[in-house]
Amino acid sequence: MKSRLFKNISTLSRFIFKKDRFKMALWIVGIVGFTLAVAVAFPDLYRTAAERQQLAASMVNPAVTALVGRGYGLDDYTYGAMMAHQMLGMTTIIAGLMNILLVAKHTRADEEAGLTEMILSLPSGRLSTMGASMAVMAVLNSIMAVAVGLGLFSTGIESLDLEGSLLYGAVIGAIGLFFAAVTALCAQLTESTRGTIGLSIAVLGGAYLIRAAGDVSNETLSWFSPIGWVLGTETYVNNYWWPIILTLAATLCIAVLAFYLNTIRDVGAGFFPSKPGRMTASLFLRSPFGLALRLQRSSLVFWTLGIVVLAVTYGSVLGETEIYFEDIEFMEEFLPVMEGVSLTDQFLAVLMAVMAIIITIPALLMILKLKGEEKNQRLESLFSLPVSRIRMMGSYLLLAMLSSVFLLLVSGLAMGSMGVAVIEEAELAPFITSSLVYLPAVWVMLAVTALLIGFLPKYTGLIWLYLGFSFMTVYFGDLFQMPGWLTGLTPFDHVPGMPVDEFNFMSAAVMIIVAVTIGAAGFFGYLKRDIHG
Amino acid sequence: MSVISAKGLTKNFGKFKALNGVNLEVDKGEVYGFIGPNGAGKSTTIRVLLGVLKATEGKAEIFGMDAWSEAVEIHKRIAYVPGDVNLWPNLTGGEVIDLFVKLRGGSQRRKREELIDRFKLDPSKKCRTYSKGNRQKVALVAAFSSEADLYILDEPTSGLDPLMERVFQECVKEAKNEGKSILLSSHILSEVERLCDKVGIIREGKMIESGTLEELRHLTRTQLHVETREPSPGLVKIPGVHNLQKNGRAATFQVDSEKLEDVISYLSSYGVLKLESAPPKLEDLFMRHYKGENSGPVGEGG
Ligand SMILES: Nc1ncnc2c1ncn2[C@@H]1O[C@H](COP(=O)(O)OP(=O)(O)O)[C@@H](O)[C@H]1O
Ligand SMILES: [Mg+2]
Repeated sequence: MKSRLFKNISTLSRFIFKKDRFKMALWIVGIVGFTLAVAVAFPDLYRTAAERQQLAASMVNPAVTALVGRGYGLDDYTYGAMMAHQMLGMTTIIAGLMNILLVAKHTRADEEAGLTEMILSLPSGRLSTMGASMAVMAVLNSIMAVAVGLGLFSTGIESLDLEGSLLYGAVIGAIGLFFAAVTALCAQLTESTRGTIGLSIAVLGGAYLIRAAGDVSNETLSWFSPIGWVLGTETYVNNYWWPIILTLAATLCIAVLAFYLNTIRDVGAGFFPSKPGRMTASLFLRSPFGLALRLQRSSLVFWTLGIVVLAVTYGSVLGETEIYFEDIEFMEEFLPVMEGVSLTDQFLAVLMAVMAIIITIPALLMILKLKGEEKNQRLESLFSLPVSRIRMMGSYLLLAMLSSVFLLLVSGLAMGSMGVAVIEEAELAPFITSSLVYLPAVWVMLAVTALLIGFLPKYTGLIWLYLGFSFMTVYFGDLFQMPGWLTGLTPFDHVPGMPVDEFNFMSAAVMIIVAVTIGAAGFFGYLKRDIHG
Repeated sequence: MSVISAKGLTKNFGKFKALNGVNLEVDKGEVYGFIGPNGAGKSTTIRVLLGVLKATEGKAEIFGMDAWSEAVEIHKRIAYVPGDVNLWPNLTGGEVIDLFVKLRGGSQRRKREELIDRFKLDPSKKCRTYSKGNRQKVALVAAFSSEADLYILDEPTSGLDPLMERVFQECVKEAKNEGKSILLSSHILSEVERLCDKVGIIREGKMIESGTLEELRHLTRTQLHVETREPSPGLVKIPGVHNLQKNGRAATFQVDSEKLEDVISYLSSYGVLKLESAPPKLEDLFMRHYKGENSGPVGEGG
């Protein structure tokens, strides 16, 4: 029985490796390289124990705790403790994303494309495709865990000892595998790839938010999140291994459930029912813009919800910022208190930058959908109708721009509503302007994407590298003491950090002109090139 | 007046030459069969005509307008059914039909309902659940329920069952009767024979034959089976006779259509007992073109 269900699993596993080896290698090299680069950078940036203690002190506040986690060993803030505190939480999310995207591709995407049916028609077992994906992910996450562990240990940095390093790697591998299993389960529940990825990312986001809320307010709550579990290893400080065992046990349970559901359902079907649809198109679905919106409606709703929750969470911790900082004596040394600027405002400015970058993700997705439609060969039919290229690209760009306005507004409103409640004498308006001030920067990102779609449609993925770089500069720019010319390469660097900085009309105007110019070039390229499908 | 006029179309994908000087002429009210095996360049030609791909060289005009630069204007009057119909998995068939019809402008509610009925399509189902044939039906309903002057159909029946294929053929005939022009790419030869006035054959990016069916029939061979009272030894020497198989006084062979007269007059002197003939088939012409890379032009015996 068993061998029947999993027949040919090794052939299929090797096939997955062969098919995705490049993508997988890129993920692993990226995650390992990123981790090691940061580990190597820390000793240069924070040479003495005193400097590290200063940093630790500045990190103990609800905003940072919500962002990266509680942090252990803050009284002896070694390089190891720094890594586990500032990097590990972030890396678990990246590892989670890697597993979600890869497993969704191997399972539901292949099924949706009819490939699973073809493989099942060959003498391979009913569970072989999912089994092969799980086997590959187990191997991949193990490789990643060992590579991160040995890599960190081999840097020879004091306090990055062997056990701690291996545990650090194990945390990343275990959480990765956990989300591989979660995705396999979601692939059973939903009928589409988008649904699978959406649901899995919702679980990942939920795990992050529960951990964030728990770390700030209630320790027990954090233990309801798998990210809370793995950060509870207190890596490099106490090196508890049992949370890894717990995570792997939970992973196994979820995987078994996914396998079970896979055996009792039809190929192509999901467990969430799909309701019968409309016989005719609504008044709305009558233009390329209506179509673009309709196709991304649920994604937009999902992102809006996520952003509201995140903004409210951040807003709720703002009230405690001031109290925390009053306790720390040498705080004034570290963050030179500006005249008439509260610490709350300073953190608000940082949070707004982070929110703006997060909001850029759905905005980019909205315009990249145009490229996705081409790749899925659905544009040809539309271009055989009297629809011009300008109208088509314009529709997707307009939708992306409107989404960015809407989401920045919602984010400012959500954080502000919460902020007004928890901060004395706070007003709503500054929250909204501090959020909307990022609009020109987001539009520059959209324009660059339009340029890529117009001229280099095969390389639109580059925009994510650019956004990742922007995130690094905004988030770590000060921590890594990056030079000005480097941080200046991202539009986000040119946005005044309101409410601390004044609104700068010139920089906004220049960015809008840059966006219009680049965007126009993108349209020009799109008009001139072949549409491949 | 020609509706489609393409001259010397060449299309390179990198180093690969997908089209190599394709000429194509479709007149008003004509059904043009565009045939060729997989990968010959039919879809590429059609995409150039639609202004989706830009020709590397050559000129394509539809309704006298440039296919690339005046695409939007042209598309108000054409309806297209792609070879590989890809639809949005989370829209229903009904929604897609309405979207297409709306974007083209001018809706015909009654025609839409009638066609949905004739093609037996359930428009309330999500496209993700449709088979290839059903996706093709969606595109066909959308195409035939709009008021177009030119229909461009790229292997539209490759996923349809025989019953639906017949419905499709009726639709084409109705459109033709209304004076519409149709470019029908296909590799189903019986379909082309039944529907088309003119045929063009493409191979490896080159048009190797084109003309009316009658013209092309001259170039095809008739299959003959004869039994004569006396043996007919000279048969093998008559030019235009191919693949001769003799079994005593019975002979089976193919003969070039224009040499049929010579053969019959030769045979008549040996006392014909039995004569069976199979009509010239487009298929034979097609097969002769595609059997070997090196098969020469039609007419030179093989
Ligand atoms: N976008 C493209 N890039 C590279 N090669 C292509 C592309 N589109 C088509 N081809 C190639 O051009 C040739 C003709 O393809 P196509 O026109 O689709 O053939 P047909 O429709 O007659 O089956 C094929 O060899 C195909 O592989
Ligand atoms: Mg084709």
